[in-house]
Amino acid sequence: MANSKSAYSLASKKERFDTHIIVVWVDNEAGVLARVVGLFSGRGYNIESLAVAEVDQKLNISRITIVTTGTPQVIDQIKLQLKKLVPVHKVADFKREDKKVIFKEMALFKLVGNKMKLEKAFKACKKYDAIILDKTNKSNVIQITALRREIDSISNNLKKFGLVSVSRTGAVAMTRGAEVFK
Amino acid sequence: MPKLYSGAEIVFKCLEDQGVSNIFGYPGGAVLPIYDELKNFKSIKHILVRHEQGAGHAAEGYARSTGKAGVLLVTSGPGATNAVTALTDAYMDSVPLVCISGQVPTHLIGTDAFQECDTTGITRPCTKHNWLVKDIKDLAGVIHKAFEVATTGRPGPVLVDIPKDIQFQKTIYKKYKKQKKLNGNSHNRFSQENIDQLIQLMSKSSKPIFYTGGGVINSGPKASELLKELVYTTGFPITTTLQGLGSFPADDNQFLGMLGMHGTYEANNAMYDCDLMINIGARFDDRITGKIDEFSPRSKKVHIDIDPSSINKNVKVDLAIVGDVKSVIASTIKTLKKKKTNFVKSNKQKTSKWWEKIQKWRSKRSLDYIGSEETIKPQYAIERLYELTKDKDTYITTEVGQHQMWAAQHYKFNKPNRWMTSGGLGTMGYGLPAAVGVQVAHPNKLVIDIAGEASVLMTMQEMSTAVQYSLPIKIFILNNEYMGMVRQWQELLHDKNYSESYTAALPDFVKLAEAYGCVGIRAKTPEELDDKIIEMLNTDQPVIFDCMVDKQENCYPMIPSGKPHNQMLLGPKDQKENVITRKGKTLV
Repeated sequence: MANSKSAYSLASKKERFDTHIIVVWVDNEAGVLARVVGLFSGRGYNIESLAVAEVDQKLNISRITIVTTGTPQVIDQIKLQLKKLVPVHKVADFKREDKKVIFKEMALFKLVGNKMKLEKAFKACKKYDAIILDKTNKSNVIQITALRREIDSISNNLKKFGLVSVSRTGAVAMTRGAEVFK
Repeated sequence: MPKLYSGAEIVFKCLEDQGVSNIFGYPGGAVLPIYDELKNFKSIKHILVRHEQGAGHAAEGYARSTGKAGVLLVTSGPGATNAVTALTDAYMDSVPLVCISGQVPTHLIGTDAFQECDTTGITRPCTKHNWLVKDIKDLAGVIHKAFEVATTGRPGPVLVDIPKDIQFQKTIYKKYKKQKKLNGNSHNRFSQENIDQLIQLMSKSSKPIFYTGGGVINSGPKASELLKELVYTTGFPITTTLQGLGSFPADDNQFLGMLGMHGTYEANNAMYDCDLMINIGARFDDRITGKIDEFSPRSKKVHIDIDPSSINKNVKVDLAIVGDVKSVIASTIKTLKKKKTNFVKSNKQKTSKWWEKIQKWRSKRSLDYIGSEETIKPQYAIERLYELTKDKDTYITTEVGQHQMWAAQHYKFNKPNRWMTSGGLGTMGYGLPAAVGVQVAHPNKLVIDIAGEASVLMTMQEMSTAVQYSLPIKIFILNNEYMGMVRQWQELLHDKNYSESYTAALPDFVKLAEAYGCVGIRAKTPEELDDKIIEMLNTDQPVIFDCMVDKQENCYPMIPSGKPHNQMLLGPKDQKENVITRKGKTLV
């Protein structure tokens, strides 16, 4: 496209990308996730991770947490476009660096190996609230909760201790202190 | 025990309560129960189209020329997918549409049943919202909500998908009461402070310009009135987008013409050089801005729009005012009158140099073309059409391509809602069915589709609709046998490789008209053009007018690829100064 003479509009130079966590409160109805996700794919926005679940059974409200990257302009567009969707109640946006917000992801690791390896693996996970969910003579299933990059590094680390399977959630977020996002 | 109504009855009850008098549609298996009820609701007239895309565009034409929501009724599967183009078109151009589609019975959904498709899935990205009604008790609420979503805020299309079993089921119907708070006010998020800032910028500016768009039209006729008042009060120049034509009188001296890719020299240069740009209800579309990095580099930009997501989407602005255009302009005028009583006087001096500059650009006469005595120049055809219809309250629709741009350049619109064209999506085949919809809404008005021969063939079958309902639409085809705009780009940008842009074996449009049972007229020379146009205007039937025009003519001026506003390509006349001017030739 850039080289074609009939390119009417040429892409302008790339800007800095920030990582943001966008939290969306929606009516828990059929197709609502598709609307949110379709908006991202349709407009070319990124989704790094996604977590969705109903948080209020009575009011039928689901909370969607999306980790995304984009220029400040794109992040603004994402928020404004999300707010236009009919089932969306409110949209919150946090920078990943934001100290006032807690971000957590959960991961399950399955490790297969001898006792020594399994012990070492558990030790390596310890500082991430590691819990052993299942245990046999030659295998462990360990659950940890941590930040994305921490899980990235630990799962790299665990490979040498017999890591055979990883299952991870998307990030969820909550503000610190007594305040609630309105 | 309250009376129980079937789903099909509820559909019409809702339409009645919404004040709908015309719907456009096509029956099929999954909407048969609804069609069965049609006879019991005399206040609603159904227009049978020949293709669901036609229903959609007709509903668009209806909506744009009336300001009310257009309604279409289609069956499941192909009925719904055929409507997708029209829904997308309406989404891009902010036209309120309510599409009611049939769906296979709920127990068959997901089984790949006959004429089943995931209608809500397919239409999700091209509607403001859509619903699949799975419970009869939700039906009435959903339909009323659909009208609300379609017509409030930035208008747009919505779709309600109703499975066939729901159409048979029965429930009670409560009469609908329109809530007051639904009108524009709830979308106004601006403060007096915003208005004061705007006026501050206006009084400081020495090179201002209003750049207005379809939002003014969507805000209702009152908005156009107020815009006129604002433009006259300030004495600022104004240019409009393709969709904004008609919001300000085109024959007024303060009007610089349309801007953008095929806009006038004065409008685009004024956009480039201005120090204050006031965007009212337009969206900085790429056909308007040209190269975005060099778009109006030295101006303060103000953006007035009802849709917050339009602001800072393509162009960063200095002042954003989110609200209904009508309310924002009204507040601006009010404040201006109260606080700056001598605004006009002080401003005239300040902008006099600016106006001088604009006059200089104007003297380029960028819309001029080289006339001809042998062949009809397409621009000439539109000029004559304008001259011969300007005293009537004429509604113009178009297809997409060169003829559309020539119509925008040479037909002068003085009132809103008189100009229906597919701008955002650029849908060839829009104009003919849109004209059907406009004529349904305004049975006694003159409705003309300015068309190209390639576009019009895409939805030609709707002539049959026009004949069935005695809708005397005039299809004015500028026939150059080419997909003219494609040919132009190939000439200018692809080394004259006219790949597949010539249509061999075109039909004889006069005979085609006769085959449809309407009137065909052909004009071949400039000499006979006027008489033929008058003949068309005097025909109280649908007419296909085959206007044989110059095959090689290009649409100028033009902003070429990747260039900013101040680097326009002007027409051949500008390149050869000595050629006889248009006036000299065509007035022979």
